[in-house]
Amino acid sequence: MANFPILSITLFTPVIAAIVIMLIPRKNEQPIRLVAAFATLVSLILSVVVFFGYDQGLGGLQFIERIIWTPDLGVTYALGVDGISIPMLLLTALIGFSAVFASWQIKDRVKEFFVLLLILLTGVMGTFLTTDLFIFFLFYEVVVIPIYLMVIMWGSSKRVTKEYAGMKLTIYLLIGSAFLLIGIIMLFIQSYLANGTPTMDIFALAQIGFSTTFQVIVFALMAFGFGTLLSMFPFHAWSPDGYAGAPTAVSMIHAGVLKKIGGYGLIRIGIYLLPAGAQIIAPIIAVLAIGNIIYAAFICLSQKDLKYIVGYSSVSHMGYVLIGVAALNLISINGAIIMMFAHGVMSALFFALIGNLYEKSHTRNIDELGGLAHQMPKLATGLMIAGLASLGLPGLVNFVGEFTIFIGAFGTYKVLTILAVSGIIFTAVYILRTLGSVLFGPRREEWDHLQDLKGVEMIPLLVLGGVIILGGILPFGLIDLINSGVGSLIAQIGTIQIGGIF
Amino acid sequence: MISFEHYLLLSTIIFGIGLYGILARKNAVAVLMSLELMLNAVNINFIAINKFVITGGVTGQLFAIFVIVVAAAEVAVGLALIISIFRQKKSVNLNDFNLLKW
Amino acid sequence: MFVWSIQHAWLIALLPFVAFALIGLFSHKWPKISAYLSIAAIFVSFLMATIIAGGTFLAGEAINYEVAVKWINMPGLQVDMGILIDGLTAVMLVVVTLVALLVQIYSLGYMDKDPGFASYYAYQSIFAGSMLGLVLANNFGQIFVFWELVGLASYLLIGFWFGRNSAREAAKKAFITNRVGDFGFLLGILFLQIIFGTLNFTGLAGEISSYANTGLLIVISLLLLAGPIGKSAQFPLHVWLPDAMEGPTPVSALIHAATMVAAGVYLIARALFIFSATPEAMIVIALVGGFTALFAATIAIVQNDIKRILAYSTLSQLGYMVMAMGIGAMTAGIFHLMTHAFFKALLFLGAGAVIYALQDEQDIWKMGNLNKSMPITTWTFVIGALALSGIPPLSGFWSKDEILLGAFAGGYTGLYILGTLVAFITAFYMFRLIFVAFFGKNQGGVKAVEPPKTMTLPLIILAFMAIVAGFVGSPLANYRFADLVTYAGAVHYDPSLLVMVVSSLVAIAGICLAWLIYQKQAISAEEIKGKFSGLYKLLYNKYYIDELYHWLIKVFVDGTAKVLFWIDIYIVNGFINGLASLAGSMGRLLSYTGNGQVQTYALYMFAGIIIILAAILFGGLAILL
Repeated sequence: MANFPILSITLFTPVIAAIVIMLIPRKNEQPIRLVAAFATLVSLILSVVVFFGYDQGLGGLQFIERIIWTPDLGVTYALGVDGISIPMLLLTALIGFSAVFASWQIKDRVKEFFVLLLILLTGVMGTFLTTDLFIFFLFYEVVVIPIYLMVIMWGSSKRVTKEYAGMKLTIYLLIGSAFLLIGIIMLFIQSYLANGTPTMDIFALAQIGFSTTFQVIVFALMAFGFGTLLSMFPFHAWSPDGYAGAPTAVSMIHAGVLKKIGGYGLIRIGIYLLPAGAQIIAPIIAVLAIGNIIYAAFICLSQKDLKYIVGYSSVSHMGYVLIGVAALNLISINGAIIMMFAHGVMSALFFALIGNLYEKSHTRNIDELGGLAHQMPKLATGLMIAGLASLGLPGLVNFVGEFTIFIGAFGTYKVLTILAVSGIIFTAVYILRTLGSVLFGPRREEWDHLQDLKGVEMIPLLVLGGVIILGGILPFGLIDLINSGVGSLIAQIGTIQIGGIF
Repeated sequence: MISFEHYLLLSTIIFGIGLYGILARKNAVAVLMSLELMLNAVNINFIAINKFVITGGVTGQLFAIFVIVVAAAEVAVGLALIISIFRQKKSVNLNDFNLLKW
Repeated sequence: MFVWSIQHAWLIALLPFVAFALIGLFSHKWPKISAYLSIAAIFVSFLMATIIAGGTFLAGEAINYEVAVKWINMPGLQVDMGILIDGLTAVMLVVVTLVALLVQIYSLGYMDKDPGFASYYAYQSIFAGSMLGLVLANNFGQIFVFWELVGLASYLLIGFWFGRNSAREAAKKAFITNRVGDFGFLLGILFLQIIFGTLNFTGLAGEISSYANTGLLIVISLLLLAGPIGKSAQFPLHVWLPDAMEGPTPVSALIHAATMVAAGVYLIARALFIFSATPEAMIVIALVGGFTALFAATIAIVQNDIKRILAYSTLSQLGYMVMAMGIGAMTAGIFHLMTHAFFKALLFLGAGAVIYALQDEQDIWKMGNLNKSMPITTWTFVIGALALSGIPPLSGFWSKDEILLGAFAGGYTGLYILGTLVAFITAFYMFRLIFVAFFGKNQGGVKAVEPPKTMTLPLIILAFMAIVAGFVGSPLANYRFADLVTYAGAVHYDPSLLVMVVSSLVAIAGICLAWLIYQKQAISAEEIKGKFSGLYKLLYNKYYIDELYHWLIKVFVDGTAKVLFWIDIYIVNGFINGLASLAGSMGRLLSYTGNGQVQTYALYMFAGIIIILAAILFGGLAILL
């Protein structure tokens, strides 16, 4: 079992399935869906195996695979996971699996849809699995194209057209990645000058003591790149429009995991490689994080479209992640990763249910909807779980993230954290208002024809809702794993780079 | 005595005439002819340099013959294009051709 | 048995959660089974709680048992799920489980025709479990977790009839108002964790006694106090509790009268070691409580809805308890919490029986003459009202007396007078209610009948408790209660006959006044109303505080939201779109150079060559490199 390339199989199962789907005639829609479901299920099961198979006592990078790819540039196809990437991998697999079922009802161009969806999943997973900067960037770019195509082909136009939404999304992602690329090239050249051997490996790069000025410049580039991806205020404008325009599955994956690449990159690449730069830039990020939390929460209050509410709320929640990252200590970074996981599951559930509702009622306007708990009790339960998770109710996994972030960040930024904590009030206001006007109130005749969730529609609710509740009641499984990763990360940068920075 | 400078001057003048023809003439056939002038100016340079700068050998002549061959092929293709466009547009006036504009 | 129960006390909180999970996952299609599951779970919890409390009560020395498992654990942060059992916990356990059990039995009758019967019991179970988890908690983290969960249960149960707009709004209001309090509470917890590195009560108690920075301690105390102000509906966050009466009446009895709202008082008692470290914080607590007690009592005088009168009475009594905490009479406060839980639950369930019998009529002026048709309900209700008014020897007398004694003997004369005044008003409005609704003329027309046994039995049991529960803390039982529920540095005062007599007299005076106005009609209520019409309107509209909050939210919160959205659309987005269109127009501008004419392109090419040549000739090659 030792040499079993479990990560590669997890990673490439969706692509193989995509190839298989390309060979299926387009009128056989059911087999196409089943192949996609099977592939994502395989990825999910393998991710769970990795989750439980990871030896926390041993720590460090495990399930390593290395194939030299371009020796001149030091590019290695290097896969490996630790306590930071496993939650992200699991998250991707969970959401991918649910997204297939949330897209079960897609009518036109089923074949192309699932091919793109599966390629997208591989791209996202790849960024979390690799430890090579070049491969990381490669997979990141793989993500962008399917997203664009899926938004403009299967998206929906409300406040803005889907073409506008798709274009905005793509251009923001590309601008972010351009800055990222500059940062990566600078790192590569600097390390080449210092060492004489080309390398793109994160752990090798971490051994080189970059000068503080250099670190500040590169970290600023990365913070901009990853921050854009994470919808950091004021670079968040793509997020609400993009989610509103995108089809359900893309909203799920985008809000659920793609955004998390930003946070993951900030921690894994930004802080790990450039701790001194992080130290200097972090207060700026923390201030912007408050912008995210408060500003976006307020905007949610004035929204009428469900997807815009969730879109802005995800901007708001990313503020918690950002302040957790910016606080630069063990507790806060642990919290940031838990929060990323929690928010991913929660927002994916939200988008899956909203997509389902929209498909049936053809409206997402909260004033037109109302009293849906009468007709659709299961959907109402799902939305309640997602909503309560969103406002940080204890017993659901988001609370663990928020609480940990608050404690961690409070040690570093007193006033900013107090402002961040005030976010829990505004979040409660907009979430409860939204849920109240959509689900509760008098029964409305015009929605009597709506069918409640049934059959495969239940799968996103069961999978994601189950994770939200389980993670909230038994958070220690997740926390111990994350802590093993973050702990060693912080220990390493503490000792190797600049002693005693943390 | 005809010196190197004379050759260069001649080729420059011919090149200039050709350039003017290419940029200013509106008739496509005339433009093609101007192109030939420029190529011939280059040929004169090749041969003059072979005689005065790197004496001995026939590299210059060789290149001139290459150019003549390519020029012949080019004229053939160019005339074919012009005829093909003429069939569509009923014109050989370059102002009427803006196929390059998207 | 006692030792086993204490060691397995976590079961007390867990069992209702198990019932919740079972109902939610499996049995929600069978309402009766769901109800019995829920009742069975709370019944076992009740038995265990009784054994624990009995053992604690009889044990010679104070019990203090603590055990915990790690829940969130990382270097520098540890939140446990644990149990801490001492006298305070034991008392709370019995109160919560007993009232919850009785309310659930009562609901069998009250909710029998409701389509949401199974989910009602599921919510009841999640409430019971969370409340018990809160009571058992041994650290602030755990308290916060269950604190929010009882808030959730409250939200679900207030909005249980979610088809009504008013219920939906009330549920939302309750949750959000509580969130405001929780904001402060959470900040307090953050401060504790950052400064002391632990959230455990025992650990904190040790740290705080030697902590010198009183300024910070006051800040922490006030932040922590925000939680109880929200949960126990103290001024200025009291607005949600009267609206919470939109929920089914048994819920009002259990959650919004007897148990959950008392969680704030319980928290102050539990954390009194922090509050009592700074006298300033204690004064604030006492003032908040005293003010709320008087403020709510005055509103209760003029309300017409039977449940709202009881709700304001609850507010007022909670204020009493908080005030007791603030003046250091923690034992008396908890004692009052216990007796109040019994008689207020009794009153609410009695009101529920009336509402049930009159088919959802809640206006007291449309009731009347119920003493003939519903004798059990009437007389148990009267017992509850007497207990609430503080007539000896019912339970309310002993506990209220303890609080007044604490204020009197502790030197808080102003608060003592205020407390006595509130006692008078309380007796007055309760008997206004009774004389109008139960003994007045029947103005409704609906023929009331006594509700089924599942509903009257809890009334009788609670009436019994309302009579006898006070004895554990009375001089007759040698203040056994005070030995159990106490804290380091508590002062005990000798009973004062003066206080007892005065409080009994004002209560009787209040009853007499109500009798004169509403039964004998010797004084015309209309006349008084006319004389003080301004004051009447002010009280009837609850001092316009709801309106004020509505206005503030509308102007500031929603206004800011609109402004920020405008900024987002037109400035942030506008900037981005502007950049994009700038790029677009640059492109259009440059596209004029590409006219599709070969000759133009050739011209550019040669111009370029000439520029390059010129650069090489006149500037040297260096320019290019």
